[in-house]
Amino acid sequence: MSLPDALTTALAAAVPAARDVRVVRGRELHCTLPPDAVPALSRLLTGDLGAELRLMLASDRRAERGVFEAHYLFGRARADWFVHATAPLDAAAPAVRSLATRHYPASRFEREMADLFGIAAVGHPDPRPLVRHGFWPADWFPLRKDAGPREFHDDGQPFPFQQVGGEGVYEIPVGPVHAGVIEPGHFRFSVLGETIIDMKVRLYFTHKGTEKLFEGRRPADGVRLAERVSGDTTVGHALAFCQAVEAAAGVAAPARARWLRVVLLELERLYNHVGDVGMILNDTGFAVAHSHCFRIRERLLRLNKRVTGNRLLRGGLVPGGVTMEAPAGVDVAGEVDAAVRDFDEIVGLSLGNTLVADRLDGTGRLTLRTARDHGVLGPVARASGIDADVRRDHPFAAYAELAPRVVVHESGDARARTLVRVEEARESARLIRRALETLPAGPLAVEIDRLPAGGPAFSLVEGWRGAIVHWVLADETGALARVKVLDPSFLNWPALSYALLTNIVPDFPLCNKSFNQSYSGNDL
Amino acid sequence: MARGALALLQGLLVLALAPGVVGLVRWLKARLQNRRGAPAWQPYFELRKLFGKEVVVSENASWLFRAAPYVVFVSTAAAALLVPVLAVPLPIDAVGDLLVVVYLLLLGTVFLALAGLDPGSAFGGMGSSREMTVAALAEPTVALAIFALALSAGSTNLGQIVARTMSDPAAALSPGHLLAFAALFVVMIAETGRMPVDNPATHLELTMIHEAMVLEYSGRYLALIEWAAALKLLVFFALLGNLFVPWGVAVVLTPAALALALASLVGKLAVLAVAVALLETRVAKLRLFRVPELLSASFVLALLAVTSSFLSR
Repeated sequence: MSLPDALTTALAAAVPAARDVRVVRGRELHCTLPPDAVPALSRLLTGDLGAELRLMLASDRRAERGVFEAHYLFGRARADWFVHATAPLDAAAPAVRSLATRHYPASRFEREMADLFGIAAVGHPDPRPLVRHGFWPADWFPLRKDAGPREFHDDGQPFPFQQVGGEGVYEIPVGPVHAGVIEPGHFRFSVLGETIIDMKVRLYFTHKGTEKLFEGRRPADGVRLAERVSGDTTVGHALAFCQAVEAAAGVAAPARARWLRVVLLELERLYNHVGDVGMILNDTGFAVAHSHCFRIRERLLRLNKRVTGNRLLRGGLVPGGVTMEAPAGVDVAGEVDAAVRDFDEIVGLSLGNTLVADRLDGTGRLTLRTARDHGVLGPVARASGIDADVRRDHPFAAYAELAPRVVVHESGDARARTLVRVEEARESARLIRRALETLPAGPLAVEIDRLPAGGPAFSLVEGWRGAIVHWVLADETGALARVKVLDPSFLNWPALSYALLTNIVPDFPLCNKSFNQSYSGNDL
Repeated sequence: MARGALALLQGLLVLALAPGVVGLVRWLKARLQNRRGAPAWQPYFELRKLFGKEVVVSENASWLFRAAPYVVFVSTAAAALLVPVLAVPLPIDAVGDLLVVVYLLLLGTVFLALAGLDPGSAFGGMGSSREMTVAALAEPTVALAIFALALSAGSTNLGQIVARTMSDPAAALSPGHLLAFAALFVVMIAETGRMPVDNPATHLELTMIHEAMVLEYSGRYLALIEWAAALKLLVFFALLGNLFVPWGVAVVLTPAALALALASLVGKLAVLAVAVALLETRVAKLRLFRVPELLSASFVLALLAVTSSFLSR
């Protein structure tokens, strides 16, 4: 559907309270509406129009406008339009009408807003803390502009885990400190014999106040921080941030930069997918495949170093373009093709092993229904039959011209999640070659000095874990007033619990590794 | 007297060789996995390090937790003394036969499982429950497989089984022997916590069997348990090597015969280490609920071995 007309008409009919309706950047419909009208908007968009809630966030605008604001971003998977709604909230007692009973992701966004801004979600069925770890003073909301440093004390309260009763049911607590070199997270299993009947994850051990750290920075200084949101998703987050800044500034990156961005993003996808497949195979106990996948990953990391000067591809992006030229004297496409051929051989050898196949088949099955209900993203979603990929659905950089193949598998088990990664790695190699062959001449970047104050802007990027969203708002001086980061892990983590049901305890590491979600990107 | 000294010497040799065998398997695996790997003598350094470390014991642990490492070590070492390693017959043969060996090993397993439960940690109990499941299925197979040999030798005495096979080389290739060898090999993998039943190299607590039971141990206790685990591997290697392919074992106590026995022992251990390393590289870990299937299959092999030995007697 074409964005403006039909949508504007439908909006006016269903949500008469919506004011200030305007089309921005050609594919976004922005509006302002009272908090009470949000459920009606949500019903309209998620009903007949088939959109989903992509992001929900709050911002503290008491200084300029005397209100808190809640922002809602809706988008449809297979159509390139978005609806961005802003609801001003009372400064003294901010509250939103909860959408939690309609969307599971909304329930998590609302809990996050409650913990970080003290915004109540009226009608929320499960208003437990999400980010709060029991050390924060009850009246302290860190993302409010006036939240200064405070003394932290343990409130001594146990974390309210779901209790499972019955004869022979016992709990296994695991973490937050693990034996391997991984990030901290606590897993609480309720187990009958060896069968998992419930598992709850407790995260936010690595809450660093990332979003707060963006505030007050110049746009160009935000890139370094965006690159570090989750160490393995440098390009994904940096690109989402740069594109959001570009959208806010109303500039487009030059053509050459857009093609080079594809190369960087696909290089990141490639090394992570190869590493992930290695880790999955290691958890089946097939260590030989693990060491070979990590050999190939190392080869790709060294290629990254030759391309950008950094093994994790840091420093390649800047708002307005890229910082680096296509590397001279390095046959990037040839190196990548050779690495992928190498990888294919290891994959063939591993998946042809009946014991490996037996471990992967049917393990950690995430049904299409559960995946949809949780708004799961990325390879995890595509392994459960959800045909969604931002690169195709909302093309950015040079993806509109590249037509990437979207890999979808139906079975939803660890095998499907492995296969999606394998096939995406191959596709990445093809995209890198195409991009380097097509690479148009021209400048590498345009200057973005300061951001115009006022309207929020956002950007979506298909990182290797799935859709990343960055949302930016500038202040009067052109610095960043609020940045919201959404890593796909935020939506994917809760689905893991459902994939585990009726699996056995010793298969948990395999299920978890086949999801491989970010702790840092979730905890922010 | 000479034989008594030899029995003692043999015991010391087994204690000294055991960590090296584990190290050799690890090194071979590393080479097969495209890694450089720690040298085969690394486990000796690890034992020395552990013996020098402080012991940390949970407040909730009872005397059992402290006693278990000694029971495990002593019972495994005693079993190692009874197994024909260099020469037969030894005076110690009078004290124990294959049944004693099997149940000495089981004694260690039981104490380890109790010690896993004792401090009340979730992982220990999980490991103990899994270990008992595996042990219950593996133990009868060990006895049965060796019974197949005892049946043709007419004695459960391990020394006599060796002597009998040496006197009748054709018996080594009889179906009973071959089936029993296969059964014992599978059980050895389960009993010593190796792939595809258990993964000795994993850091993932939730997948562990043997390692989960001993997670609470540290310092000299851990050293004893690790050493006992290495001894157990060597006992099984010695059983597989010397009961089924007895050539090389000294029957007369001449220096030449003993030197040959030592060389053949080292050779057999190396061959078995290569076999285990190859197997562990080739397979993935079995889903836990498939382990009973594997062990049932090995039990059937052992049963067939006994039947075959009985019929061809």
